[in-house]
Amino acid sequence: MSDYLDGNAAAGALSELFAVDLTAAIAQCNGCGQTTVFAESRLYVDAPGMIARCAGCDTVLLRVVTTPTNTYLDLRGLTYLRIPNS
Amino acid sequence: MGIVSPGFTGRRGGGTDLPPGQYLTHEFPVLSAGPTPHILTDHWEFTVTTETGEKYKWDWAALTALPAEEITKDIHCVTRWSKLQTTWKGVSLDTLLADVETGADFAMAHSYGGYTTNVPLEDLLDGQSWIAYEYDGEPLHPEHGGPARLLVPHLYFWKSAKWVRGLVLSDTEDLGFWETAGYHEYGDPWKEQRYAGD
Amino acid sequence: MERTAIRRRLTWQVATVADVRRETETARTIVLDVPDWPGHLAGQHLDVRLTADDGYRASRSYSIASAWDDSHGSTIELTVEQVPDGEVSPYLVEVLKVGDPLEIRGPVGGWFVWKPEQEGPVQLIGGGSGVVPMRAMLRAHAVAGTTPARLLYSVRRPESVIYVSDLKELAASDDVDVRLVYTREAPAGEPRVGRIDAELIEQYAFKPEDGATTYVCGPTPFVETVADLLVAAGHDPARVRTERFGPTGGPR
Ligand SMILES: Cc1cc2nc3c(=O)[nH]c(=O)nc-3n(C[C@H](O)[C@H](O)[C@H](O)COP(=O)(O)OP(=O)(O)OC[C@H]3O[C@@H](n4cnc5c(N)ncnc54)[C@H](O)[C@@H]3O)c2cc1C
Ligand SMILES: [Zn+2]
Repeated sequence: MSDYLDGNAAAGALSELFAVDLTAAIAQCNGCGQTTVFAESRLYVDAPGMIARCAGCDTVLLRVVTTPTNTYLDLRGLTYLRIPNS
Repeated sequence: MGIVSPGFTGRRGGGTDLPPGQYLTHEFPVLSAGPTPHILTDHWEFTVTTETGEKYKWDWAALTALPAEEITKDIHCVTRWSKLQTTWKGVSLDTLLADVETGADFAMAHSYGGYTTNVPLEDLLDGQSWIAYEYDGEPLHPEHGGPARLLVPHLYFWKSAKWVRGLVLSDTEDLGFWETAGYHEYGDPWKEQRYAGD
Repeated sequence: MERTAIRRRLTWQVATVADVRRETETARTIVLDVPDWPGHLAGQHLDVRLTADDGYRASRSYSIASAWDDSHGSTIELTVEQVPDGEVSPYLVEVLKVGDPLEIRGPVGGWFVWKPEQEGPVQLIGGGSGVVPMRAMLRAHAVAGTTPARLLYSVRRPESVIYVSDLKELAASDDVDVRLVYTREAPAGEPRVGRIDAELIEQYAFKPEDGATTYVCGPTPFVETVADLLVAAGHDPARVRTERFGPTGGPR
């Protein structure tokens, strides 16, 4: 079953943390090395947190958990995010 | 902080005897943090690895040959739904761990698909936890963790790892998938231990 | 327009419902007055958060249906299709009324957007409420677009079409080609009933060599099917942008 959204849908949650739009950034997956726009990752939201996975290999690229007092952000699945200077 | 949305109640029932902050549901919501693994029972295996590295393995035939129990329990998901009187069939971890030699205090459950969650070993024993393979009289559906999931109903439901494939026992407590991202290391719903520090 | 480029972190803000408009039996457009709206790009969305009186909360994403130009002042539009047994959409379609507050966080999303300066034709393929961000794109295109645009819009039946008058107006203009696809029931004179398939893509979409950017939006299964058809037809996956609305996302 296709129970995921596009990485685009993480834009709202990420906008609370970053002033630039990370969903349009180029992301490299730590698992398979694939390079794509973050918006094209697979986003799982029916869960205790928000999880983005690589569309190529399912590696967890990013996790966001919002608690009443803090936001936990785990980016360990991303080798890098490339954001144009403007 | 914030506002109240006039006339909004949400999809939830009120709660008698529910842990704090929980709402009653009659459905069985499917939560997923990744693609649903589809594991054939022919290929299924459950492994307990002790702190000394010794391994104990069960295949599907061995698991289902063990004495099974009918279990009726309330379950509480940290995303705030609770479901009462859910019925399961499975093998008690007392049975599975009976001949396992260990002095470990902690267990990490590992799942097909890569999920992990940590539970103190004592919470897995004394009739508190099972490897469940039937729900509501039917084989456990993959979206609910089939062929088999861990069932630890006295803790928040993320501890009841779907698609469980093994336990790794150790003397020290490591943290699992959600526990490393801000969720509570123990997760008692009655103490509302949702997040680290609660 | 340049105001959208201002970099800032976002958080929830309170909008006020200025107007509501029935689109179909199950969908309505909500006009929101948002103080200090920074402007948005066509295709962006926002998050809506509802709070019950005991603090219980639910949030969902909604595309922005209106295009931005300064003359709009501080209003934006959303169009919501009611999902049966849904938690949030029935509230937005049936309960929320003019004058009510609504918490929003946006505009967000910099990928599923169309910008007038973008090169090449624009192919839009929407299923059900997936047409919402496309309406913003077509509106922006009508003002500033110079490249050809096409809309393939899949609906269940004639009564499910949202933005009927807009679409009629667009269909009559020269710069946009609108083709409706009926999956359950077609109006008189339209022989085809059925989902978008390879033949329809071949017939009505730009060809791979046209260098179009294709936007596909709607319920997740719809988006999967259409994206697969496009790639199978030789379209460059890098030029196909998708926005999945979730397992249901309203009727197609
Ligand atoms: C970026 C983005 C933009 C969007 N834009 C729009 C828009 O412009 N207009 C619009 O109308 N919608 C839009 N959506 C969809 C919207 O966010 C909601 O998902 C939709 O309104 C349904 O929400 P709900 O709370 O009413 O339903 P929910 O309470 O979320 O549930 C909907 C129904 O689906 C069922 N369901 C839930 N999960 C599953 C599952 N895993 N499998 C099967 N069934 C399930 C439920 O039982 C229920 O019947 C957008 C979504 C995204 C991600
Ligand atoms: Zn990868």
